[in-house]
Amino acid sequence: MNSSLITLELCVIAIGIVLMLADFWMPPERKKFLAYAAIAALGGLLLVSLGGDGICSQFGTAFNGSFVEDPLALFFKRFFLVAAILVLFLSAEFSDRLAGVSEYYSLILFALAGMLFAASANDFAMLFVSIELITITFYVLVSFQRGRLVSLEAGVKYLILGALSSAFLVFGIALIWGTTGKFNFNDLAQVSGQFLDNKIFLLGLLFVLVGLGFKIAAFPFQIWAPDVYQGAPTPTTAFLAVGSKAAGFVLLLRVLFVAVPDVTKHWANLLIMISGITILYGNLCAIPQRNLKRLLGYSSIAHAGYLLLGVAALSASGNAALLYYLAGYLFTVVAAFTVIALVLRHLDNEDISALAGLNQRSPLLASTMTLAMMSLAGIPPLAGFFGKFLLLKSVIEAAQATGNHGYYCLAFTALAGVVISLYYYFRVVRAIYWSKDAPDLSPIPLSGAAKFSITICIAGMFWLGIFPDTVLNLANDAAKVLGI
Amino acid sequence: MSILTYILGWPLLAALLLVFVPRNYRVIIRAIAVLATLISAALAVKMFCQYAGAPVDADGYRFVQQIPWVESLGISYHVGVDGLNVGLILMGAIVAFAAALCSWEIQTREKEFYILLLVMTGGILGAFASLDLFFFYAFHEFALIPTFIMIGVWGRGERKNYATFQITLYLSLGALIALIGLIALYLKSGANTFDIPKLTEYIASHPLAANAQNFIFPLLLFGFGILVSLWPFHSWAPLGYGVAPAPTAMLHAGVLKKFGLYGLIRIALPLMPQAAQSWMHILAWLCLGNILYVGWVAMKQKDLNLLIGNSSVAHMGFIFLGIASLNIIGVTGAVLIMIAHGFLAALTFALSGYIYQKTGTLQISELGGLCRPLRFIGTALLMAAMAGCGLPGFANFVGEVTVFFGSWKVFPLVTTLAVWGALIIGAVYMTRAIRNILHGPVPEKFSNLADASNVWRKLPYALLLASLLLFGFLPKLLTEKINPDAKKIVSLANSTVEEQNVAAVSEIRNPQSAIPN
Repeated sequence: MNSSLITLELCVIAIGIVLMLADFWMPPERKKFLAYAAIAALGGLLLVSLGGDGICSQFGTAFNGSFVEDPLALFFKRFFLVAAILVLFLSAEFSDRLAGVSEYYSLILFALAGMLFAASANDFAMLFVSIELITITFYVLVSFQRGRLVSLEAGVKYLILGALSSAFLVFGIALIWGTTGKFNFNDLAQVSGQFLDNKIFLLGLLFVLVGLGFKIAAFPFQIWAPDVYQGAPTPTTAFLAVGSKAAGFVLLLRVLFVAVPDVTKHWANLLIMISGITILYGNLCAIPQRNLKRLLGYSSIAHAGYLLLGVAALSASGNAALLYYLAGYLFTVVAAFTVIALVLRHLDNEDISALAGLNQRSPLLASTMTLAMMSLAGIPPLAGFFGKFLLLKSVIEAAQATGNHGYYCLAFTALAGVVISLYYYFRVVRAIYWSKDAPDLSPIPLSGAAKFSITICIAGMFWLGIFPDTVLNLANDAAKVLGI
Repeated sequence: MSILTYILGWPLLAALLLVFVPRNYRVIIRAIAVLATLISAALAVKMFCQYAGAPVDADGYRFVQQIPWVESLGISYHVGVDGLNVGLILMGAIVAFAAALCSWEIQTREKEFYILLLVMTGGILGAFASLDLFFFYAFHEFALIPTFIMIGVWGRGERKNYATFQITLYLSLGALIALIGLIALYLKSGANTFDIPKLTEYIASHPLAANAQNFIFPLLLFGFGILVSLWPFHSWAPLGYGVAPAPTAMLHAGVLKKFGLYGLIRIALPLMPQAAQSWMHILAWLCLGNILYVGWVAMKQKDLNLLIGNSSVAHMGFIFLGIASLNIIGVTGAVLIMIAHGFLAALTFALSGYIYQKTGTLQISELGGLCRPLRFIGTALLMAAMAGCGLPGFANFVGEVTVFFGSWKVFPLVTTLAVWGALIIGAVYMTRAIRNILHGPVPEKFSNLADASNVWRKLPYALLLASLLLFGFLPKLLTEKINPDAKKIVSLANSTVEEQNVAAVSEIRNPQSAIPN
């Protein structure tokens, strides 16, 4: 037993509880500072996790092997901490629109704790508990704006579909446990080869994939994403798009490559199809959208498809590419949602036309949004370009290594997706700079904190695009854990 | 630091600088853009002049600089020139300077326009200077995106949106297909490097398997082909150039488009010789589509810009023919036309941009007698048209004749047909346009048009014309540089798997020792 491994998780939960208690004594007008306190605390934790030799460089397992700390877990923990910090900045800007905002902050921290556990989950019980911790917190976070009908509607949709997917997940886990008698991923890996012909075992595994597919919004479990993205408060949407999706991916990687590598080998075509259809679905449906958050909802489906390219490649380089792409996606998406939250502060609808004249209202926000869209579209020298390049490379590598022509089809599908996506990303850029009539040209006031978080996002996009070496090496190390 | 880094760095630096200049300082914005492109053009001229005396590295490149970037993948920032790209970089830098000078026609949102123009310039020069597949592609993409935005925002006419949509779709698709080809090439080679010289050397001794070549070569041929408007993937070009603002059309038709051709010569031919040999027949016939069919379409045009756009597509056919001939004369001629056409396309689009600016129309039937009010512009247009039909004395003539000499040995029938395209079709549409636009009675409303008045206005046209004439009279300046490197490419491209190319490897090592063709 090595329970010091979960120090990070305990600290996050403690911060969450302290925030909740502090709410009693904090006068309402100063509640924004609770967010900054939480950011400072998480920043401290991030520094600790980045530090070479501290509590986080200790690798090992705890709780009878159900919790594992390894480079992969560490990569994702850093990722989640950065995501939570940026989302907290965003929530602080958003605080005037949320009643009971300090609960909101602490819920973000609890969701973060769930994500941290997910990064380290090494058996199905831990997988389920961490997913539930994330999902249930998000039910509340999505419907937090009680006064807005769309927020409630989004909450109900997320609740129903989330509960359904949890049911699938539990059922799948039960079937797997029933056939193999194993909960732990490493134990399962040793016996999974014997169950290749066991229909019940495979069905159970498929059900688990359904549950995870819901988290990452992959086809055909993507229906909830646009509605929920649109209705939820913007910080929640950002956290959903980044944190929740990444948690789904780390669990997916662990299940596919640690728990049942023997089965996964035979599932290349299934993964290719899911990835290809997700890319096409997300990109095609995004074309007619006018609502910004909904547009990003569809774009996040498309990006789930791109990320699945790395999974479908079934190779270490594919997984490393996925991790790299996620890192770039984090800064890009948070930047986009921060701009949306700041620009549409006083508007009820999030129509693209609300961005008109943004370059005169706030050049900083306009260039941030432009860079975010360009990075999502994959244009050099931003993070998205190098990420897409790595993903495509891993897919073509898989095609050449296995001789499976499906991979070439997948590469061309991804390419078609990229071309389609140029259209709607550029429409956003166009709306910023070249709208005919801009009704409101008043400057947008920016707080220092908002500027700070935006600067981090921009720096992140450029850093990952221009100096990819550091993160790529981390991603390569992390992908090695998956042992393929 | 290599001079190349400065050549491509100045425009990018200036673009960054412009971001911080307030938008109402119009004169300063324009001055910065013109100055940056001028410096870059001056450096390019300097490099061109010093080329012969510059030290040559082991792979035969000069002015080389290499900085490792992602070592695990074998990507490095590696720039350098040999005979194939030295002229292209010179041409690109001069055209960029001319385009910046011609940008006075842009009256709205100048700041954004100049930023995009400079980014595009930096990307183009970077793509031609790169000796690393990754940067080669990334720089091109970096230059391509501003093109779309410039056409979409500053384009003219009612079909602007449709044209932007079409050009974006076509060119992104072409670029991405080529990207898949390049990645597949990198992976298949097994050399674990994106470095072009290293890759060339490695593949010369470890040729790719025939089926890999047959898979990758078409990807590059058609991916690059779409970018160069190879028939039948050309339909984006005339329309796109028709609506593009003049400086964008100058840079794209003149310079950026040559990226695909350069990629074919630099990468596809030497690295996949077997597939190249089997595809060249098809390419030769496809290029007739450019020369004859698109030439015929050009004859039917009623809009000057569409005519120039189509004629520019038709000229690509000659370059493809030169490449398809796969011999030294043909490839040298192809590179010559690439450079000559760059100046020519930039010149014609600049002139049509001027006419459109002054008259508000490019419908040939509405224009007439413009030589009288516009003495300078009219004369320049006449000379450009003559260069376009291949009149001796202009650089185009040299290139086209060289290509025909080269291709005659290999494809006599195709060459015979192509010569018709060059001599007759080109002459028909060019002279007809000249007659209708420059001669005849002047319409009442155009009798007081202002000609390019001062030196700055005349400079871009004069500069481009002078370049055309210089290389027309002294093609040796280019051919003596192109020839040794064309020889290398051709000897690699004509190698077969059976005779494991020891000769080609030693050829790379000692560029001086010639192989008889």
